[in-house]
Amino acid sequence: MSEADGTLTLDLKVSEPLRRTGLHGTHKTLKAKMVDFGGWEMPVEYAGLVAEHNAVRTAVGVFDVSHMGCIQLRGPGSLDAVQKLLMNDASRLQVGQAHYSAMLTPDGTFVDDVVLHKLSENDYLIVINAGTREKDVQWVRRTIGQMPSVHINDYSDLYTQIAIQGPLAEQTLQKLTDVDLGTIKNYWFKWGKVAGQYNVLIARTGYTGEDGFEIYVPSDEATSADVWRQVFEAGQEFGIVPCGLGARNTLRLESSMALYGHEISDEINVFEAGLNRYCKLEKPMDFVGKTALLAAGEPTRKLVGLEMVDRGIARDGYAVRSLEGEPLGVVTSGSPSPTLKKNIAMAFVPAVDAVHGNELAVEIRGSLVKARVVATPFYKRVRKPAEIIS
Amino acid sequence: MSYPGTYRFTKEHEWIEVNGDTATIGITDHAQHLLGDIVFVDLPKPGTELKKKESFGSVESVKAVSDVYAPASGTVTEVNGSLTSAPETINEDANATWLLKATLSDPAELDSLLDAAAYEQYVSEETGS
Repeated sequence: MSEADGTLTLDLKVSEPLRRTGLHGTHKTLKAKMVDFGGWEMPVEYAGLVAEHNAVRTAVGVFDVSHMGCIQLRGPGSLDAVQKLLMNDASRLQVGQAHYSAMLTPDGTFVDDVVLHKLSENDYLIVINAGTREKDVQWVRRTIGQMPSVHINDYSDLYTQIAIQGPLAEQTLQKLTDVDLGTIKNYWFKWGKVAGQYNVLIARTGYTGEDGFEIYVPSDEATSADVWRQVFEAGQEFGIVPCGLGARNTLRLESSMALYGHEISDEINVFEAGLNRYCKLEKPMDFVGKTALLAAGEPTRKLVGLEMVDRGIARDGYAVRSLEGEPLGVVTSGSPSPTLKKNIAMAFVPAVDAVHGNELAVEIRGSLVKARVVATPFYKRVRKPAEIIS
Repeated sequence: MSYPGTYRFTKEHEWIEVNGDTATIGITDHAQHLLGDIVFVDLPKPGTELKKKESFGSVESVKAVSDVYAPASGTVTEVNGSLTSAPETINEDANATWLLKATLSDPAELDSLLDAAAYEQYVSEETGS
């Protein structure tokens, strides 16, 4: 799952119409630095980005991800609708299972990337990005709204979504529920009572490259704040910390997960983004974008991982050049990596240059700084047997 | 953290302190707070000309890069080399951690800068707190 485009600016000024989650008051009490992210007033960091990042890698951290939207498709025609709307093959999902997928334009580029959950037969939940919520809902209505026997429900405002992430996420959340979390495999989910709330969707999903859960609770302020408080009480002995969008970005970048508006957009197709394995051209039902992708052939540019060789930090939008200064492409995301203690980036380069070990340069404030193409993900956790993707 | 009374400040969140012929320049505590964990500092070499309000380098945190602007015009005489290996000292004490020293070409330029009280007021208005 990825977040929609949103620049993490330093400007603390917040204009009036920004939207707030049910945990807004909680963030204020915690003295979070708030920023405009895709039209939402969200915490970018609390005590500090690096400490938050490290907590998720080594213990447990918690994110408010209520700005993400969710659309439910239900009815006898819902599987056909999902199959037309999304590029992955939803017929492979069992009840209680989720997978990464995307809505494509007729050109085979991205409307948004999503996580699809199969709630029951004829009942699907699509989790979408914050900054693209309205666009996505319109797109869904336009694309499948005339198909038979499917209801489209925008449930985005009904849930507070809390992501509990890190190697100790399971031990933390287990204290608050009778559901045996050990029986939930990676990218599966169950329903159960959590922190006193009934029928909470508990999904073993996340956007950090670490083990963890995302829970969906009612979005009213009192419930949201109470569940959040109980999660922190449960995790206190493990050093649990609240985490902002800053850490969310460095965690997902180390794990090479796409961010809408950066690695994927309506100008980048599936093959360029390297997301082929989630795109099932062979599934029986035609989906939006398939025809263009069948005709597209090998991409001329590819998304690669870069590691800076010389001193300097590549940032989103910086130019990628050859060592001689010829223009090659652009950095889509770049940051210091707190885990690897290197400066890393994702970038588009010509396919011929997308070779591991290839040296090129990132233009940083007028200077060419040497970088090397490396394998992604930059960081990969050691998985426990229970979380192997089926 | 309070701002030293002997310093002058810019609205771009740099501080400058003048002692005789030498000016010392850094970024403010508010700036380091906005940036968060500082990991990289890019500064000019001694001998570089500074021009008031023009960028002379950058300070980068994990999440953002911020240009640093000259509070006054002059010539760089010394750069804080310890920041190459320990840029986080800016987070720990921004008032005491200088970026560079310079000789000023027109000390009268300082008159347009904010004093500590005015800067504190400016910051509180900017953050709405």
